[in-house]
Amino acid sequence: MNALNRLGIALAGLMLTTTLGLAAENAKPTDPQIAHIAYTADNIDIKAAELAVKTSKNKAVQDFAKDMIRDHEAVNKQALALVAKLKVKPEDNATSQALVKQADATQAHLATLKGAAFDKAYVDNEVAYHHAVNTALETTLIPAAQNAELKELLSTGLQIFKGHEDHARMVAGELK
Amino acid sequence: MTGGRGRRRACVVLALAGVFLLPDLAAAETITVQVTKLAFVPAAITAKVGDTVEWVNKDFVAHTATATDKGFDVKLPAGKTGSVTVTKAGTIPYFCRFHPMMKGAIEVKE
Repeated sequence: MNALNRLGIALAGLMLTTTLGLAAENAKPTDPQIAHIAYTADNIDIKAAELAVKTSKNKAVQDFAKDMIRDHEAVNKQALALVAKLKVKPEDNATSQALVKQADATQAHLATLKGAAFDKAYVDNEVAYHHAVNTALETTLIPAAQNAELKELLSTGLQIFKGHEDHARMVAGELK
Repeated sequence: MTGGRGRRRACVVLALAGVFLLPDLAAAETITVQVTKLAFVPAAITAKVGDTVEWVNKDFVAHTATATDKGFDVKLPAGKTGSVTVTKAGTIPYFCRFHPMMKGAIEVKE
């Protein structure tokens, strides 16, 4: 089993997982695959945030969700501009598919919740999701990226998403 | 001769303007804070009353510089600059509303 499959499975078990257990040395995603994973991961968070904006009545949660939409759209804009410039065609792959599958399940679960239960589930998932993505960026995707500009964008993304992880933890603390 | 008087008057006006305006211009400074990779750099700065603090957002995401006491709320769209003039002494802690863990402080002296 390669590390990307492991990433997918680990993400599928996201709620329980604090460590992805990635072996960076075994992971060899290509740049087109990395671009696809990054874009997919971004869109997943935007979708979850859109649901939160629609569902939550809590101002801190609403504000957080709007921050997620604003930032992840900004990252996606940069990513699309870069793949266009580099003439890279993002390539679907097992990790992207596992991410989408898990996100669909999470989204379906969140959609059944309301009020404080929704807020808690959404924010807790945001902590876990950003943590998982950040770990994947740090240990697998950034080291594997071949193109310097892609590597740079992923590194900037990591800084932003670490900020999101901290922000999510802060909101989670306020909800308790 | 009329022209000479006009020039002299102009000189007097400029000299007066210099006396009244230049000391202020010389005293008020602009202190620049870089906003980069989700951080205010430097996070702690010292200013004098009347100085302007300018934030330069180098990130491609939007930020704000918002005083904790809500005394100012400067929007910093991606790649843009915003500023505030500090008018009284004291320490002003501030943060980014979009990324609340981004924090800074301005120590304002008389």
